Amino acid sequence: MGAAVFFGCAGIAFGPALALVLLTVAAEPLRVIVLVAGAFFWLVSLLLASLIWFVLVHLSDREDAKLQYGLLIFGAAVSVLLQEAFRFAYFKLLKKADEGLATISEDGRSPISLRQMAYVSGLSFGIISGVFSVINILADSIGPGIVGIHGDSPYYFITSAFLTMALVLLHTFWGVIFFDACEKRRYWCLGLVVASHLLTSGLTFLNPWYEASLVPIFIITFCTGLWAFFTAGGSFRNILKCLSCKQEDDSRVMRYSALQVPFED
Amino acid sequence: MITFMNNSDSEEEPCNERTSLMSAESPPVPSYQDGLQASEAGEAQAHRKRRTGSGRSPNNIADGDTSDLGVPVRESALENEEEELTLKYGAKHVIMLFVPVTLCMIVVVATIKSVRFYTEKNGQLIYTPFSEDTPSVGQRLLNSVLNTIIMISVIVVMTVFLVLLYKYRCYKFIHGWLILSSLMLLFLFTYIYLGEVLKTYNVAMDYPTLFLVIWNFGAVGMICIHWKGPLQLQQAYLIMISALMALVFIKYLPEWSAWVILGAISIYDLMAVLCPKGPLRMLVETAQERNEPIFPALIYSSAMMWTVGMAKPDTAARGPSQQTWDTAEDGRENHRSPSHTGSRMSETRSPVPTRPITSFEEVEEEERGVKLGLGDFIFYSVLVGKAAATASGDWNTTLACFVAILIGTRQPFSSPLPSTERDGHPCPPPPSQGARGPPAAPLVFPALSSCVEQGCSLKALEGKCEGKP
Repeated sequence: MGAAVFFGCAGIAFGPALALVLLTVAAEPLRVIVLVAGAFFWLVSLLLASLIWFVLVHLSDREDAKLQYGLLIFGAAVSVLLQEAFRFAYFKLLKKADEGLATISEDGRSPISLRQMAYVSGLSFGIISGVFSVINILADSIGPGIVGIHGDSPYYFITSAFLTMALVLLHTFWGVIFFDACEKRRYWCLGLVVASHLLTSGLTFLNPWYEASLVPIFIITFCTGLWAFFTAGGSFRNILKCLSCKQEDDSRVMRYSALQVPFED
Repeated sequence: MITFMNNSDSEEEPCNERTSLMSAESPPVPSYQDGLQASEAGEAQAHRKRRTGSGRSPNNIADGDTSDLGVPVRESALENEEEELTLKYGAKHVIMLFVPVTLCMIVVVATIKSVRFYTEKNGQLIYTPFSEDTPSVGQRLLNSVLNTIIMISVIVVMTVFLVLLYKYRCYKFIHGWLILSSLMLLFLFTYIYLGEVLKTYNVAMDYPTLFLVIWNFGAVGMICIHWKGPLQLQQAYLIMISALMALVFIKYLPEWSAWVILGAISIYDLMAVLCPKGPLRMLVETAQERNEPIFPALIYSSAMMWTVGMAKPDTAARGPSQQTWDTAEDGRENHRSPSHTGSRMSETRSPVPTRPITSFEEVEEEERGVKLGLGDFIFYSVLVGKAAATASGDWNTTLACFVAILIGTRQPFSSPLPSTERDGHPCPPPPSQGARGPPAAPLVFPALSSCVEQGCSLKALEGKCEGKP
């Protein structure tokens, strides 16, 4: 307990996210704005979903444990569907913004491409979703206490951290795939993304049985990551080229148009 | 591997062979440079071509080249360039605002969560005389509304008073008032704050050391804020006094009154800025007539380049500021009124005098900083602080508030206003911007989410299940 667990779990949960943000998002103001706006969209979806669940709970019989458990599962499913709906809404908004930026910019190209926005929006959903899952757990991990003293699993903190990491990465991948599917109108891709999100969320209900929930979730994360990689245009050759750090051979002759006529005052 | 994402800014200007060859008569092909180019007609035309027709045939380009579009083209091209620049630098400016707002909120939340003093109920301000310790909900609501009415009327009276002082040029009085209030903030409130922090962490400090620390802190603060100082030190001081002020509000405003006041203040702001007889609007207009900046020192600015007739960026000139005005002060009324004007109209850039456009060739984009009124800092920090204080140890509410506030801050970017200023004079913003109401989101979130989360935590305790959406 204490600082070690806090920093360790925080590092596990948000290490990849922090690295991604620092390396790719933090330098560009537009991307930061897309990040924050994406977080807001996710928050609104969560608010709506929790309102629905709240109303249902209050309308139903509080004493019936099975019913409440069923309502919780239903609430989680509704939340997943709403998150994906808001992801779609964010896609629409970003598409419009992209067109606006393109018309306003000097050379007809917007300073940020739709693919980059897909990645940043996925990352933003992931970060805010992960933060909302784990921040209270992290806050509790600083204080005194013994985990699982009443018979629950003693691995609660660390499994939550790993789950959060998986969630962050999953949302990023889903964002890339989702936007690409919307662009190319491949609706089966959309359905698959929603289905995998529902599956992941459902798996977390198995939770004290961590082998059954964490391992499949990580397998899903890995597969979705590969899918997103190929969707974004990656390939085995790209990886090789990247790893070999070769400078691209610029064998083209300099174009005449790239030369500039000197200023005549 | 890092650089693969970094070339989103298009640095090259694709001048193709056609335009180079055909624009023999018109001025030479424009090379891409930062900032506005001198407004030559050919350039304007080239811009219009590029902007409007990427797929145009060369014949049209030839035709459009030597047409007598002349002045209207130049003006509209200038406007378009300004609009584009507004959008381009708008994003950067919004980010420049994110950082100080976030820092202020972090300071406030950290203090609230650790120092117990600021969450203890220890009396109320005289501006909110009605107590909230009433048995019935209706009575409590009524008391909070009454408190709000009193508070808002105090603010209105002080704002009108300030506007009158400004109108009748009682600058010395305003100076004295602001100096007095920043003295109080920098010395008295800091002393209390330091005392409480030391108590919380059980650190012993003797009075001579305390005196030395507070004296240095306060003296340097007064100099930085009211006279000259390094930009970052001044920004740090402004953030600190905003945080201190917000902490005072969080401590002394009772809960329901605080939320109702926050809501009412947003509405009052809209009215004060947009109504023809609103005090803030009158302030703006008076400053416009006199060609003066409006209390620049009550405003957090991310760059201080407002020296007159400056053509070249001078790193030495970053230090000295034109800020003969005083900065933050005590009464929220003073914060709310001029600071809000500052935030509303100087969101893009507003150098002091009218300046020739060509001088911008030398000025870098960072020079055209962005400003935000200190009242806004305090407002946001009170929001987040209250969320952190009232939600029962729950961080989700605080974070939701934080994100909602950041979204509210980005409003200057989301609705690009090409004409927020003309010739360097501030104009009141059009109603569409004001009606966006950034505080709406952060007010909705904590209220709803704390209710829901309380219900959620009860469920989690009972059910012991952890489904994660």
